[in-house]
Amino acid sequence: MTVDTGTELKPRRKGLTRRQRRRLSRGAQYAVFVAAVTAFAAGADWGRLRNQFAQWDIARQMFPDVITLALKNTVLYTLSGFVVGLALGMVIALMRLSSVGPYRWLAGVYIEIFRGLPALLIFIFIGVAVPLAFPGTEIVGGTYGKVALALGLVAAAYMAETIRAGIQAVPRGQTEAARSLGFSPARAMVSIVIPQAFRIILPPLTNELVLLFKDSSLVLFLGVTLEERELSKYGRDLASTTANSTPILVAGLCYLLVTIPLGFVVRRMEAKAQEAVR
Amino acid sequence: MSRPEIVVKGLHKSFGDNEVLRGIDLEIGQGEVVCVIGPSGSGKSTLLRCVNLLEEPTRGQVFVGGTELTDPDVDIDAVRRRIGMVFQQFNLFPHLTVAENLTLPQRRVLRRNRATAARVAAENLARVGLSEKADAYPASLSGGQQQRVAIARSLSMGPEVMLFDEPTSALDPELVGDVLAVMRMLAREGMTMMVVTHEMTFAREVADRVVFMDGGVVVEDGTPDQVIGAPLHERTRHFLSRLLDPAMAQVEEEGSDRAGGAGG
Repeated sequence: MTVDTGTELKPRRKGLTRRQRRRLSRGAQYAVFVAAVTAFAAGADWGRLRNQFAQWDIARQMFPDVITLALKNTVLYTLSGFVVGLALGMVIALMRLSSVGPYRWLAGVYIEIFRGLPALLIFIFIGVAVPLAFPGTEIVGGTYGKVALALGLVAAAYMAETIRAGIQAVPRGQTEAARSLGFSPARAMVSIVIPQAFRIILPPLTNELVLLFKDSSLVLFLGVTLEERELSKYGRDLASTTANSTPILVAGLCYLLVTIPLGFVVRRMEAKAQEAVR
Repeated sequence: MSRPEIVVKGLHKSFGDNEVLRGIDLEIGQGEVVCVIGPSGSGKSTLLRCVNLLEEPTRGQVFVGGTELTDPDVDIDAVRRRIGMVFQQFNLFPHLTVAENLTLPQRRVLRRNRATAARVAAENLARVGLSEKADAYPASLSGGQQQRVAIARSLSMGPEVMLFDEPTSALDPELVGDVLAVMRMLAREGMTMMVVTHEMTFAREVADRVVFMDGGVVVEDGTPDQVIGAPLHERTRHFLSRLLDPAMAQVEEEGSDRAGGAGG
């Protein structure tokens, strides 16, 4: 490498200095922001928005049902789907890592299919196609069973990949240490590798829970009874009976009530995991 | 030499096209301490890992305590319980406390009850001088402490043979001594030990025999005084001079003096 002796130490350019340019750029960004907010505030029809979205008496008549029924069902659907997804995802992840070729292949196909399909299609499939294809069969648990199955099928594909990545992230030496102590391969996996894998994947798994929480709104397409409605369906029904959008807003806030704290928990766990890195 | 505890016969091991072990024959008697030395890539770690079948030999036989490990029908998990192994990177289970690191294998593998496992664990932690660390997690320990816990974990299984794979290579220099002290204690107690190491002082003082490997074969095998003190082969002399006085080494053409490939 040659040393370029011609380089000036202080390149003096005409016009603004670096500091001036930085100041100008930041000023411009603030100006755009203020202009956008002002335009929105001036352009929006606040009276109409308030009428449509913030009718207190309508909001008030939603309570307590929106919590005791709709939110409860949403949580129930989510958790049941999560449990099914986790169990199925674990099986698929282990199949994916199996030394038996057909298992790996089958798991790969499952993941590709269910990751590639919209969750909505899976719900329609479970709700319509399965009863048509297998007349007389009934998915156990009625709507709850169907939701658990549909959400679980979708979640399992994502979770399988997450769990597989977590298992592979556990250092090889852990398995070797376990095997050298006399653990069988299966016992080493269950006692040593999987517990460590789960610590690694706790944040992405919690994220998956948040996604499922939102996807549970697809229950809409299964056809549910009044008692089985969850937040989205409940909000939409009420919005059409009252001819007002306030219930949608309230339902949305109920979602955020759960997803924002969960997101906070995920970030906390990620930060802690960063600290705990050996 | 008393009854051979470890017997290796005609051992070959290849990783793909890379032949790391090219026919090893070795016997280690009961209570004998054998240090395996050699340049990196000589196959010494691979040899050690073949002794408890963490690596599957390509050809040849391995016997430990009279059981042939290379027999495809052998219950390898049962044999491994008799062979303790200590790794360069410690490989403690980070999600368990020190005490749990020692008790979980006993309970899951040996089916010992909680009280027995806890008693054995406490005994072995005391032997390595770390009783007060029982409730700590491995991440909070120094490398030397982790390695002593790893030794205690192996001892808790009541092994007849201990394998050490460069146990002090990942340690800060000032922590090496504590680990070597534990190993010296084990040697004095009559444990059969096979140690892959670069610690020449340890090899000279503690080992009954020193094996020098290079290029996947055993070049020299004898007492420490023979192999380290008065090596017969040029390769051994060359290796020892570089190890004992690295500052004096000359720049060499890569691979000119190396019979075997890298790896292991």
